[in-house]
Amino acid sequence: MEDTGTVVAFWILAVITVGAAVGVAAVRNLIHSVALLIVTFGGLAGLYITLSADFIAVVQVLIYIGAIAILIIFAIVLTPRAGRLNQEGFMLLPALALAVLVAGTMIFVSFDTNWAISDREGFDDTATAIGDLLLDRYALPFEIASVLLLTAIVGAILLVRPEGAEEETE
Amino acid sequence: MAILLRGEWYDLRDLANPVRELLDGLGLPGDVDYVLWSLIASLAILTWLVLSVLAFIWIERRVVALMQNRKGPNRVGPAGLLQPVADAIKLLLKEAITTRGADRLLFWLAPIIIFIPTIVVFAVIPFGESMVLADLNVGVLFLIAVAGIMTPSVFIAGWSSNNKYALLAAMRAIAMLISYEIIQVLALLAAVIFIGSMNLQAIVSWQDEYNTWLVFILPLPLVAYIIAGAVEINRSPMDISEAESELAAGYHTEYGGIKFGFFYQAEYLAGFAIAASAVTLFFGGWTLWGLEEWIPGWIIFLGKLYGVFFVYIWSRGTLPRLRIDQLMTFAWKFMLPLMILNVLLVAAEVLIWDETGASRNVALPAIGAINATLAVALVVAWARFLGHGSGRQRGYRATLTREVGKIYYTGAEAS
Repeated sequence: MEDTGTVVAFWILAVITVGAAVGVAAVRNLIHSVALLIVTFGGLAGLYITLSADFIAVVQVLIYIGAIAILIIFAIVLTPRAGRLNQEGFMLLPALALAVLVAGTMIFVSFDTNWAISDREGFDDTATAIGDLLLDRYALPFEIASVLLLTAIVGAILLVRPEGAEEETE
Repeated sequence: MAILLRGEWYDLRDLANPVRELLDGLGLPGDVDYVLWSLIASLAILTWLVLSVLAFIWIERRVVALMQNRKGPNRVGPAGLLQPVADAIKLLLKEAITTRGADRLLFWLAPIIIFIPTIVVFAVIPFGESMVLADLNVGVLFLIAVAGIMTPSVFIAGWSSNNKYALLAAMRAIAMLISYEIIQVLALLAAVIFIGSMNLQAIVSWQDEYNTWLVFILPLPLVAYIIAGAVEINRSPMDISEAESELAAGYHTEYGGIKFGFFYQAEYLAGFAIAASAVTLFFGGWTLWGLEEWIPGWIIFLGKLYGVFFVYIWSRGTLPRLRIDQLMTFAWKFMLPLMILNVLLVAAEVLIWDETGASRNVALPAIGAINATLAVALVVAWARFLGHGSGRQRGYRATLTREVGKIYYTGAEAS
């Protein structure tokens, strides 16, 4: 991150991302909170671009803004008895404690790790490199992940299926 | 102009070259040069988009009127040419109404954030040999990802209106969008597998090198992409998310004035974006079998783009509207299995081509013929399997008549 453009972009994106992330927890309205979450996802995608990881950045937009945000919206809108406010529930203190623990661990790790800085240039074509690794060295974890997702899909269908539903007859 | 002095007149075919030449002549530092270059290119794309939308509003209304045996706009200016301008002025001057109890911030933001992705798409589209704003390695993925941003903005528009019908319409639109996004992704995936690159410029040059268009090799993905695109831009026969005559505009019911104009424009721009990506991926982009040596690439590209967009106008004037359940069934039960099968087929073909090492003159026509035949066969077979054979077999008579067994006439006709 030597050149000025990347540094400026990093700081702008970092401020946007962190600010929106704080907003997600602080804002009262749950839908505003989701909108801010989308901004956070977008900021993260921008940060990936400053690391010249273009594939990850685009996938971040595709998966997180296009799918995860929609999932959260569906969860909020289609849950009949849930509050529409980002309220202070009984989970406030445990959640705060957990967040502080996670933040503490990450800060500790980031200071404790001996970051190895490589001299080599970034990949020209990250998609090819990732694809090669996924289908070669990490083929097994990749397949396990897809089986897990398939199981989740089948499980979700089973959950919402009404009791004793028969094959639809026409 | 230095280009003319050097005798490289053919460089003028590509509008990017004179601009580069001009900027190089100014002798600016690299960063400023880059920023200026991007600004000029973005402004050029924006200007073209606005002009195209204005022109196509008139063309669409005239063409649909012709199809429906009407006259269409013909009063404002010669042949009604100024009608879009008059419409735009009307939209700008109208009162911007915000419904009571609406979420003011999101209500204002929604038209803007639905507008952004439709413009950003054009950054990766190659208009000519060097006329591409951002030559991304993951261009195809970028197209899909950016189109995906539209989905949350549709929800935000529907939710912030404080209108239960707008919210319901938004949910319906989202359900349609995410269903057809999968089909879109699978259609583009087949193309990417076949060519082996996600860079749009590389895809165009592949088609140039092999002297073919991908549409001849992969016809089914193109059809799927056009259909899924029609859902994304709410065009008949897939326009149930905002069917004007039945639902009063769906998720943007509460929007009026220029805020509605933004939604309207965003739809048009998304239509151009889909046509542009279809042209780039399936119709050879800015190449035309060597003719691009003589005609500027961007003219060829725009010609193809308008041609593909015309299909949408045509279908709007021709086809009746589908119900929402028909649309969802079509996506999940019909298109999805077909497209997954198609991806498998294309992958197998690429593998076999690699293994046998057949020359391109044999392999490409063979694969094209196999794919076209299989596409037709699969569509027919799958439709039969799902019970949509010939109409005479089932559902021919109205349900009540079928239940009763025959029609009993009463009154005078009975005797």
